[in-house]
Amino acid sequence: MQIDLAVKNVTKKFKDFIAVNNVSFEVPDGSFFSILGPSGCGKTTLLRMIAGLTEPTEGAIEIRGESMLGIAPNKRPVNLIFQHLALFPMMNVAENIAFGLRRRRENKTAIKTKVQKILERVDLAGFGQKKTDQLSGGQRQRVAIARCLVLEPTVLLLDEPLGALDLKLREQMKVELKKLQAKVGTTFVYITHDQSEALVMSDHVAVMNQGVYEQIDTPQNLYSNPKTPFVARFVGDNNSWCGRIRECQDDNAEIETDEGAVFRTKIRKPLPPGAAVDLFLRPEAMLIQPDASLSALNRFEVVVKDILFDGANSRLLAHPPNTDTELLIALPQNRQYDYIKKDDKIEIGWDAQSGVCFPHTHGKRKKSEKQEIA
Amino acid sequence: MKNQKRWVLWFFLSPVLLWLVLLIVLPQIDLLTMSFHVENDDGRMVWSFANYLTFFQEPIYWLTFVRTAVYSILVTFLTFIIALPIAFYITKVAAPKFQGFLMMLLLLPFWVSELVRVYGWMILLRESGVINHFLIKLGLLNKPVEMLYNDATMIMGLVYTSMLFMVIPIVSVLESLDNSLIEAAYDLGADMWSILVKIIIPHAIPGIVSGSIVVFMLTLGNYLTPNLMGGKNSLWFTEQIYNQFIASFNWNQGAAFGFLLLVLSSLVIWIGLKLTKQNLKKVVQ
Repeated sequence: MQIDLAVKNVTKKFKDFIAVNNVSFEVPDGSFFSILGPSGCGKTTLLRMIAGLTEPTEGAIEIRGESMLGIAPNKRPVNLIFQHLALFPMMNVAENIAFGLRRRRENKTAIKTKVQKILERVDLAGFGQKKTDQLSGGQRQRVAIARCLVLEPTVLLLDEPLGALDLKLREQMKVELKKLQAKVGTTFVYITHDQSEALVMSDHVAVMNQGVYEQIDTPQNLYSNPKTPFVARFVGDNNSWCGRIRECQDDNAEIETDEGAVFRTKIRKPLPPGAAVDLFLRPEAMLIQPDASLSALNRFEVVVKDILFDGANSRLLAHPPNTDTELLIALPQNRQYDYIKKDDKIEIGWDAQSGVCFPHTHGKRKKSEKQEIA
Repeated sequence: MKNQKRWVLWFFLSPVLLWLVLLIVLPQIDLLTMSFHVENDDGRMVWSFANYLTFFQEPIYWLTFVRTAVYSILVTFLTFIIALPIAFYITKVAAPKFQGFLMMLLLLPFWVSELVRVYGWMILLRESGVINHFLIKLGLLNKPVEMLYNDATMIMGLVYTSMLFMVIPIVSVLESLDNSLIEAAYDLGADMWSILVKIIIPHAIPGIVSGSIVVFMLTLGNYLTPNLMGGKNSLWFTEQIYNQFIASFNWNQGAAFGFLLLVLSSLVIWIGLKLTKQNLKKVVQ
């Protein structure tokens, strides 16, 4: 497969601050690649370096094998969709889209047909003469995309373009963007702090934190097999315990949490007994009142603190008796659990295969927790 | 209630109305009637177009008039050419903490009266002035050159005087220009020239037009700078008006000239607004 975009050991420093630290990745032709990270993690800086609006301090950026160092943004085969779209208010929709083509001095009739075609492709046929401020949020979005796609860039860069839209439209645009990308086949590099956007749309997601990559993987793998505690916390919801290894055999470990519960879980790398670990468990991995016949489950009791109803995404907020560790437990809306009320005591069970365990990292954890709150 | 409201409105409006009517409208009407009067053989004032006819019959008058118009447009244009990069630098290039300082530098010369500033230029440029002194010291000139009293010097002086009135409106429109528009244009393949012509100038046009109107009117009606820096070699139409009123004591002729200047400035501004497709209401805002 052809590699459209290769970022090699790129570092960007602003005086003493390192925004992007030795980042490398490759994006194959025609794929949808996302960079996911909390705000301030350096993802916008990285994108601007690919577009050419900022020069990297070190490292190389290659597009289809050609080095882009020292090449001005207007000479690069990439286009960027800005966070606030940056449609030109002094021009109408058709002029906005034709802007890049005019700069290439293509002939007038060719420009006209190209604009017509791309407007049809983004379902905005007949909108050419409208002013940009007469459009709705979703339509503006599509104009911005059309304005870039009409230039047939090798790579299309998108800087959180859905951030300004309301929730409903955002959900809709997510699906539309994914469909559009499949239709045009252009390589998309998408940056976002919204994990659901990244998971829904991407073929591959790179999770970035404090200027470095934590993990590059498919959305499924990121969710089920996080490689670092940060990824485990940042991608999707997760419950966590701190604890110590009691016993460890190959990839199975027995862990005693700080509250005194004992769980069996799989572990990536064997650790000696006594080692401090962080244990992560997805809300949907916890079964409410599991059947007594399932003997292999870790079982423990919790007190329901609150029921967080959110349709298909409903959860229970609970805590084990006599502790204040809060746990999120998925609450399937099949009416089976309607009897559960606040302050009920229920039993929770989970399979050892669903747990994810990392050696405890003190400093890093504090920081990532702070970012989650922010 | 309604009556009271009306009373309050008139109360606050009256100073403005008084000022407008007593100091501007009435004298103008008086001047207008004056411009249509001439003294007949008996020494009595009679209605006549003679004052306006004199203007068209004497080449010196209408030549000065055309010269003043053309040079005022030129000054406005030159001021714009110089002010745009300055405004762009202040708003987009300079560090934010530096911007206030730069604006201060622009304002500073205006704390001194125009008269003093013009005399400053004269000290620099005259035959026995500072610049000549240094050029002779450096051996670049054998004998001093008179740099005052020509068109180029006068235009430079007028541009210098008008600078601020062009920079400030352009700075204020450029501040509202989103940087990402410039970056987007750059990203879409535009070079510096097309970014300037397609993005920056269309965005800044209301500021440019309002700055141009102010600069044009100030230049057209300027008396001091053309008089001191242009001297007898570069006549300005305001000097003709001054001569009629003060030197010839022909108020009727002077009033006619004054109205011709008013018509000229209104006409040029109207054409300018039409050409840039702006309306006065928007520009004044």
